[in-house]
Amino acid sequence: MSWRENASSNMARRHLLSNLFRLFCGALTWLGIVLLVILLAQIIWQGGSRISWDFLTRFSSSKAAKAGIYHALTGTIWLIAMTAAFAIPVGVAAAVYLEEYSKKGRLSTLIEINISNLAGVPSIVYGLLGVAVFKYFFNFGQSLLTGSLTMSLLILPVIITAAREALKAVPSSLRQAAFGLGATRWQVVRYHVLPAAVPGILTGIILSLSRAIGESAPLLVVGAATSLNFTPSNAMDEYSALPIQIYHWAGDSRLEFRELAASGIIVLLAVLLLMNATAIIIRWKSEAKTS
Amino acid sequence: MINLESKPKDQNGIVNTDKAPPIVAGKNLTSEKTPAAKTKAPTILEARDVSIYYGEKQAIKNVQLKVAERCITAIIGPSGCGKSTLLRSFNRMNDFIDGVRVTGQLLFRNTNIMDPGVDAVELRRHIGMVFQKPNPFPKSIFKNVAWGPKINGFRGDINELVETSLKQAAIWDEVKDRLHDSAFSLSGGQQQRLCIARALAMDPEVILMDEPCSALDPVSSARIEDLLFELREKYTIVIVTHNMQQAARISDETAFFVNGELIEFGETQQLFTRPKEQQTEDYVTGRFG
Repeated sequence: MSWRENASSNMARRHLLSNLFRLFCGALTWLGIVLLVILLAQIIWQGGSRISWDFLTRFSSSKAAKAGIYHALTGTIWLIAMTAAFAIPVGVAAAVYLEEYSKKGRLSTLIEINISNLAGVPSIVYGLLGVAVFKYFFNFGQSLLTGSLTMSLLILPVIITAAREALKAVPSSLRQAAFGLGATRWQVVRYHVLPAAVPGILTGIILSLSRAIGESAPLLVVGAATSLNFTPSNAMDEYSALPIQIYHWAGDSRLEFRELAASGIIVLLAVLLLMNATAIIIRWKSEAKTS
Repeated sequence: MINLESKPKDQNGIVNTDKAPPIVAGKNLTSEKTPAAKTKAPTILEARDVSIYYGEKQAIKNVQLKVAERCITAIIGPSGCGKSTLLRSFNRMNDFIDGVRVTGQLLFRNTNIMDPGVDAVELRRHIGMVFQKPNPFPKSIFKNVAWGPKINGFRGDINELVETSLKQAAIWDEVKDRLHDSAFSLSGGQQQRLCIARALAMDPEVILMDEPCSALDPVSSARIEDLLFELREKYTIVIVTHNMQQAARISDETAFFVNGELIEFGETQQLFTRPKEQQTEDYVTGRFG
């Protein structure tokens, strides 16, 4: 007797399983979306009413009605700009070196594993490192420089890993074509490999900067201020940041301040969306150019 | 630094700069399509006792091969016989593969290109390459051709150079009205001719072609074969091909490889009609491979 005879009896069960799995995956997707929407709705409900021009342009205050977020917003912009200025060149250069120049061997594998591991180290550990190295050893104090260098360390592994993946995805035929025309390694990287990898590298940069913008733990450790009545004017100034201010307000026992925390979250999300939108536009432009 | 620029000199030591086709027995033979006639041309590329290893595995075994100037030399053989490996070693494209080791001598105009004094980047300006799959840059047609000369310090009329190169590659008429369109807007065959134009713009002496027609349809392939005949007037071409009819049609000399060994090397006509080795005969008649 052939096994074909009882094969058909299986069909109904197999289709059922297939459909159940589809439902399962769909349900989980919607669960995530619904939770996110509820969360957002609650925050907008709580904090939306306090969002105003005054809120964006005032410094912190002990009276909720007069409190603003100007110091934290400017602090965050400074912090992210400086972090990007440190981390992007270093991260991309490291990725280019590892991917385009270094010989593949035991050492490069070791470095690769360690970079991936560093990406998973809790941020508070980076905060402690920042305190020891930048705050005390280099004596940068509780400055923007300390904060942004610490943040740079935190996001470097993510940038390096993402940039390496992007470089790896550039087809080797492109490199060979350029080498075949008598190009040096630098010319190949500068004119062909990097432009082709820009969209992927940008994604990595934005993801990591988005992580940095919401980080509060390392900043608490290296000492970002909460209630400031000035904005930083150079890298050695004290600073505040959005997540620090939000954390401070959220811990207050008074309801008005907890509402302020929600307003702060809305501002933080808006900054984040703005950054991502910029990245998407740059990606579109660079993709349109290369294809 | 070893000078790769040296042009062939005649008896009086005068540099022969015009690339006139060689005259054999008082007759200009390049206009004919009988390939066997050109093999008296001087050697431009030579492999002397060349072995190539990938780690422990030996891909090319003690190969002796002379490529004659302004001839088409075809390299044929079954898959994995080391054809491409040998071809890529002529302009040091194997440098990019970790663990490749070359022993013996690879001579380009009597300079050993494996010599540490030879700059591979410089070498590749003289020995160009066309790859199996068309690989134009994700840029405009114009920029594809102009990029190589530009990075190598070309000072002249770039528009003219691009036009000449595209004309030489027999694609000018198809692209002259859309030079600034993306190279990806071209068909596969057009892309491959663009890649040939890109290589020609460097004014190389030798062009290495690694199965340039294997990703193309028969009509596009035929156009490229026609083109090769024309290019033979000015350039030396070494072509790896899977297609034996193609080798028979276009080449002056053919080298037949099996398992990294050069089984037979000689005039194409002779190799296909009166092969000396049994293995060659089996292969070209389709009994094996």
